[in-house]
Amino acid sequence: MSNLQSQTGRSGANRNSVIRESLGDRLFITAIYIILSLVLVAVLYPLIYIVSSSLSSPSAVSSGKVWLWPVDLSFEGYKAVLRNEQVLMGYANSLFYTACGTFISVALTIMIAYPLSKKTFVGRSTLMIFITFTMLFAGGLIPTYLVVKSLGLIDTRWALLIPNAIWVWQVIIARTFFQNSIPDELSEAADIDGCSDIRFIFSVILPLAKPIVAVLSLMYAVGQWNAYFDALIYLKSQSLYPLQLILRSILILGSSGNMDASEMIKQQQMAELMKYSLIVMASLPVLIIYPFVQRYFVQGMLIGSVKG
Amino acid sequence: MILRTVTTSEHKSGVKERRRSTLQHALARSFRRHWQLYLLILPPVVYFIIFKYVPMVNTVLAFKDYNVIKGIWGSPWAGTKYFDLLFQNPAFMMLIKNTLLISFYSLIVGFPIPILLALALNEIKNMKFKKTVQMVTYAPYFISTVVMVSIIMLFLSPRLGIVNTIASALGFEAVNFLGNPDMFRSIYVFSDVWQSMGYSAVIYLAALAGIDPSLYEAAKVDGANRLQKIINVDLPGLLPAAVIILILSVGNIMAVGFEKIYLLQNPLNLSASEIISTYVYKMGLLNANYSFATAVGLFNSVINLILLLTVNAAAKRLSNTSLW
Repeated sequence: MSNLQSQTGRSGANRNSVIRESLGDRLFITAIYIILSLVLVAVLYPLIYIVSSSLSSPSAVSSGKVWLWPVDLSFEGYKAVLRNEQVLMGYANSLFYTACGTFISVALTIMIAYPLSKKTFVGRSTLMIFITFTMLFAGGLIPTYLVVKSLGLIDTRWALLIPNAIWVWQVIIARTFFQNSIPDELSEAADIDGCSDIRFIFSVILPLAKPIVAVLSLMYAVGQWNAYFDALIYLKSQSLYPLQLILRSILILGSSGNMDASEMIKQQQMAELMKYSLIVMASLPVLIIYPFVQRYFVQGMLIGSVKG
Repeated sequence: MILRTVTTSEHKSGVKERRRSTLQHALARSFRRHWQLYLLILPPVVYFIIFKYVPMVNTVLAFKDYNVIKGIWGSPWAGTKYFDLLFQNPAFMMLIKNTLLISFYSLIVGFPIPILLALALNEIKNMKFKKTVQMVTYAPYFISTVVMVSIIMLFLSPRLGIVNTIASALGFEAVNFLGNPDMFRSIYVFSDVWQSMGYSAVIYLAALAGIDPSLYEAAKVDGANRLQKIINVDLPGLLPAAVIILILSVGNIMAVGFEKIYLLQNPLNLSASEIISTYVYKMGLLNANYSFATAVGLFNSVINLILLLTVNAAAKRLSNTSLW
C-alpha cells in the first residue's frame, strides 16, 4: 500500500503539467493493485503451505494444525525421504536422464536448426514443412509405441532419451535465433577463407549461440526432469524408473505397509508428512535454479513467439 | 530423400550439367559446398522419419487385424471394422462429450485469464511489485504433472486436506472433491489456470511492450481514461498474438492433457474424466487391443487436424492472422 501511495504521488508530481489522473483512474489502478495482490496470495499460499507442512512434525500435519508457518519444526519428513532407497534411486536416475537427455536433445536441435537457418541451404523450406507438419498430425500412441518396440528400446534407458528427443517448437526457436542474430556476412567470410562448415560451427557459431544453448538446455532439462509418461509406457524394470514415476507410486497410488494399530497410525502420519517433503525435494532442483534462469525462459518464450 | 537425389546427380556431374533443371543444379552446388551441413542434418531428419513419420504410416494399423507375428504389413485387412466398433460403442458418446467439455471449459477459462493478467500487470508502474507478481505466478509452471496432481489430492483430501479443514472450521461439511464427477472439470481447469497463467501471460506482456507509444500519447490527448486506453489501444495490440494462441489451443482441443487427467482419475470420477486419450492408453497398452486403440487415436487426430485447419482459415478471413 505504501508503494501504491508513493507511486500515485510521484506520477501526480511528474505529470501535473499534462493531465492529472482522474478519480476514476485512481480507483481503477487501486482495484488492479488489489486484484493482483489477491492473485499473488492465491498462487503463493499453496507453495508456502507445502513447504511449511514438510518442515512440521508428523502429528501436526495430520491433525491439520499447519496453516501457514511450520508447527513443531522438524526434519522428520526429509529424513524419511532420504532413507527411502526407491526415492534415492529415482533421483539418481532422473539426474542421469536429465543430463544425457538434455545433451542429446540440444545437440540434435542445433544440428537441424542451424542448417535450416541458412539461406544458402537448398531445400530448407521443404524440410521446415516436413518438420512442422509433425506438430499438426501425429501417428498416435500405439503406432509410436510399436516403432519404439521394434527398435528394441522397450525397458532400456534409451527409451526415455531418444523417442522424444526433438521438440519442433525448440527447433523453431533455435532457427529463429540463428536467423536473427548471426549475420550472413560471417559465414560468407568464413567460406572465402576456406573454413569448413563444421569448423565454422564449432569456432564461430557455438560461442555466439550461448544464449540459445542456455534456453534450449533449460527447456529440455525441465521437460526431462518432469516427464513421467514415456517412462510409464516404455519402462518395466523399477531400477530404471525416473523420480516422477516413483513419486507417482508413493504420492498418488499410495503404498501402505501392514503394521499393528499404533504403528499404523504413526506410519500413516509419517506417510502424509513424507508426501510434502517429497514434493519439495522433487521440485527443488528446478525451483532453486528458477530465479537465476527466469530471464532465459522468458527470452526463449519471446524468441519462440516471433513468427517466421 | 533429398540426399539420395543429390548423390546420384553428383555421379553424373559434368556430362548432363547443362540439361539439369536450375533447382537440381543449385542443389548439387549447395551440396558440394555445404556437404557437411547435409551430413549434420541427417541424424535429426532420420529421427523425424523414424519417430514421427513411420508412426503416421503405422496408423494403417487401424484398418488391419493386428497380428504380432505377422507385423503391421503382414496382418490381414479389417476394413472399417474397428471404426464401426468405436462408433457403436456405448462409451463413445461419453468419451467425445468428456473430451469436448473439458477442452472447451479450459479454453473459455484458460484463454482470457492470462490476457487479463498481462493487461493488469501492464498498468502497474511499481516495478518491484510487478516483477514479484510476475515471478511468483510464473513459478508453478515448473512443477511437474505428478507433483501437481499430488498437490491437488493433498489439498482436496476429504479427511486431511487444508480445503476441507478450512471448510469444516467454517461449519461446512467435508466434501470428497475428487470423488465427485461434477467437480472434476472445475478442478482440472482451475488448477491448470493456477499453474500456467503466469507463463502464458509472458507472450501478451511482450506484445503489450511492443505497442507504439505514440498510440498512448494520442489516447491521452483524446482524453481517454485507463479503461478506455486498455480497450482501444492495448486490446487491438494484443489481437494478433491472441489469435495465434487461440488457434493453437483450438488445435489442441482433442489432445487435452492425458498426463494430468490420467493421474487425477479414480473410479468415482471416471464418468466425467474418461477422455479419448486415456481410453486409448487403457485399450491399447493395458488391454493390448492395438488396432482398436489405433483407430480411436486416428479418429482423434483427424478431428483435431480438421478443427485446426478450420479455425486457422476462419482467423485468416476475419482478422488476417493465421499460422501460415
